Amino acid sequence: MQNNLFQDQKFRGILYQTLVVGFFALGLYFVINTTAYNLEKRNIATGFGFLNNPAGFDISFSPFLDFKSTDTHLKVYFVGVLNTLLVSFCGCIAATILGFIVGIIRLSSNWLLSRIAYIYVEFTRNTPLLLQIILWYAILIQLPRIKQAPQIWETFYISNRGLFGPKPIFLDGSNIVILSLVLAFVISFFVARWAKKRQDTTGQQFPTFTTNLSIIVFLPLVIFFIMGSPISLEYPILKGFNFKGGAVIRPEFIAMFLALSIYTAAFISETVRSGILSVTKGQREASGALGLKKNWIMRLIIIPQALRVIVPPLTSQYLNLTKNSSLGIAVGYADLVHGFGGISLNQTGQAIECMAITMATYLLISLTISFFMNIYNRSIQFKEK
Amino acid sequence: MGNNSNFESRKPPVATTGILGWCRQHLFSNWINSFVTLLVIYFLYQLIPWFLDWSVFSADFWINYNGELIVDRTFCSRVADPEGDHGACWAIIIVRFYQFMYGFYPSEQVWRVNLTYILLVVALLPLLIEKIPGRKHLIKFTIAFPIIAFILLYGGFGFQIIPTNKWGGLLVTLVLGVFGIAIAFPLGILLALGRRSKLPVISMFCTLFIEFIRGVPLITLLFFGMVMLPLFLPEGLNLDGLVRVLVAVTLFQAAYMAEVIRGGLQAIPRGQYEAAQSVGLSYWQMNRKIILPQAIRISIPSIVNTSIGLFKDTTLVIIIGLLDLLGIGRGALADATWMGLSNEVYVFVALVFFIFTFSMSRYSLYLEKKLKTGINMGAD
Repeated sequence: MQNNLFQDQKFRGILYQTLVVGFFALGLYFVINTTAYNLEKRNIATGFGFLNNPAGFDISFSPFLDFKSTDTHLKVYFVGVLNTLLVSFCGCIAATILGFIVGIIRLSSNWLLSRIAYIYVEFTRNTPLLLQIILWYAILIQLPRIKQAPQIWETFYISNRGLFGPKPIFLDGSNIVILSLVLAFVISFFVARWAKKRQDTTGQQFPTFTTNLSIIVFLPLVIFFIMGSPISLEYPILKGFNFKGGAVIRPEFIAMFLALSIYTAAFISETVRSGILSVTKGQREASGALGLKKNWIMRLIIIPQALRVIVPPLTSQYLNLTKNSSLGIAVGYADLVHGFGGISLNQTGQAIECMAITMATYLLISLTISFFMNIYNRSIQFKEK
Repeated sequence: MGNNSNFESRKPPVATTGILGWCRQHLFSNWINSFVTLLVIYFLYQLIPWFLDWSVFSADFWINYNGELIVDRTFCSRVADPEGDHGACWAIIIVRFYQFMYGFYPSEQVWRVNLTYILLVVALLPLLIEKIPGRKHLIKFTIAFPIIAFILLYGGFGFQIIPTNKWGGLLVTLVLGVFGIAIAFPLGILLALGRRSKLPVISMFCTLFIEFIRGVPLITLLFFGMVMLPLFLPEGLNLDGLVRVLVAVTLFQAAYMAEVIRGGLQAIPRGQYEAAQSVGLSYWQMNRKIILPQAIRISIPSIVNTSIGLFKDTTLVIIIGLLDLLGIGRGALADATWMGLSNEVYVFVALVFFIFTFSMSRYSLYLEKKLKTGINMGAD
């Protein structure tokens, strides 16, 4: 009888699963118990109250929020999240552009050019990203000091302390100019939709690109002058050993941005290349036979089909880039891991809370990126009618 | 018969063979291409001689421009003679070569490390070469290799014990890479099978684990191993720093490995499962004898690729203070005797990594080609 019971697949399934849950619960109980004991012995209070304590340290790079050392750890967290998002966002855009260019160059008929693209891809893919970040940083801090910083039109200065440039000053009425820019984008979106609809129904074409470009350029420009130029620029001026005024992009950010985008672009270029190669030769020949121009074939026939292959691996590259931005800690870029998971953790000793928040934030960011990329992926996939 | 004299005689087609023909086709096919080619040649003309000059012709190796032996940075030609035109100073690598390779491993015991390296090659042979004689016995050695390597490197059984804080350089990089992959591989198989299991609880646990690990950066897992693991363990159980890092690296790699193997499992047609079940094989027999050999064979190129990723990611351990190859380099640069030679150190470290990862990626490409010709998968 018992023998039969063990040979019953259903029973075995339930038994195994009960065992797994049991062991997991036992392990969890053990870990929680020992952790509580360890924390008590080390006099570490649990809970998230520490988030409201003053941080007591400075963050050199915080372009969105004004950070002082008297601010709380909660603000450190927000500065970190914004810095992570900033470098990831800029990196993703630059990596995509560079990746597409390199991917297309690798398929170029020019042998020399495609060889160089190949060498670039192999060298960047086969060396550690961390090394590349550190190397870029080492190169950037070898740039001239502020006093000898080379300049471009007395506006931009390149020094070992970062790239200095003009900072826009928003005066009264500037929000109307910004609003008009947003409005211009909204209008151009509707123009594009209307033009597509008309072409679909009547076949008549409309110069969408030039129309929209002029709307986006001229509408805010006209409003800008009507409002009496409410946005002006503040130029950096050398005073003593440092620049006064203006905006600065720190070398930590530049090193992170360059390394992340150049490294990820190498991977993206490979997916772009395989995506383009996945479009069969017949498609190219058929569109040629229809009399489409060469760049039209690429834009209207090849790329839309290649995108179906490219987008899923592209998503994982974006996720990788975002996760890799955590390496900013190696050059002191105050992202989530360095600012909150590193300095805040060391100052407060709240290891479990800090790590849990940091990991949860990364999970949230990863899920968000996957969510939006999945929507985009669904929109470009082949729709069967 | 038509009158051929109405047709003009056509020019012969442009030659596409021979060196000239090849150049015309691949470099100068139209004026844009010709312009680009000339531009690229100009840049290469600027870049390559400069780089060769920096790295070889004007560089110091062990003696400087005066013929003195270089013992610290002040002897480097470009430090000693800043006016002159001098290149890299590779002496930093040569002087510290032992550290770059073994860290602070005692030199009278270093034969153990070298023996481990030789045994590693022997252990890899049956994996790399399919037709090696006696492969079955060699595979047994490969499976036993991690234990042998541990005893050789760490000590015990009559060997002097060398604590892991003396390990460093390439040794740590290889230990993390090889052990990480070796332990993560079986773990990854179990996770992949678990995720595809019909038992909902097991599949849920495995899925949650895999997705959690894949959703967070490795560095947070390393922090987890460094600062949180000691809190979770009972008093008195102090895990070695290298072991804690290895746990984090292995879990990370296992999750990625699981996804790769799951891809291989999905590619196995259902008929294979049904056939195995109909001859009366149990779940484990079916997987061990029928499914996994095929699934792993398909996913080997991807397994090698994730392994390359792990090998590069081992550099992250410098952030939590371990001295791997990059860590030793950073240590040398922080030392006042060798400050300011960062380009040399980073180029050297990059080159070492490149040699390992590039050969691994070539190997994976070779496997991919062999698989394509070996198994005829549908069309093409």
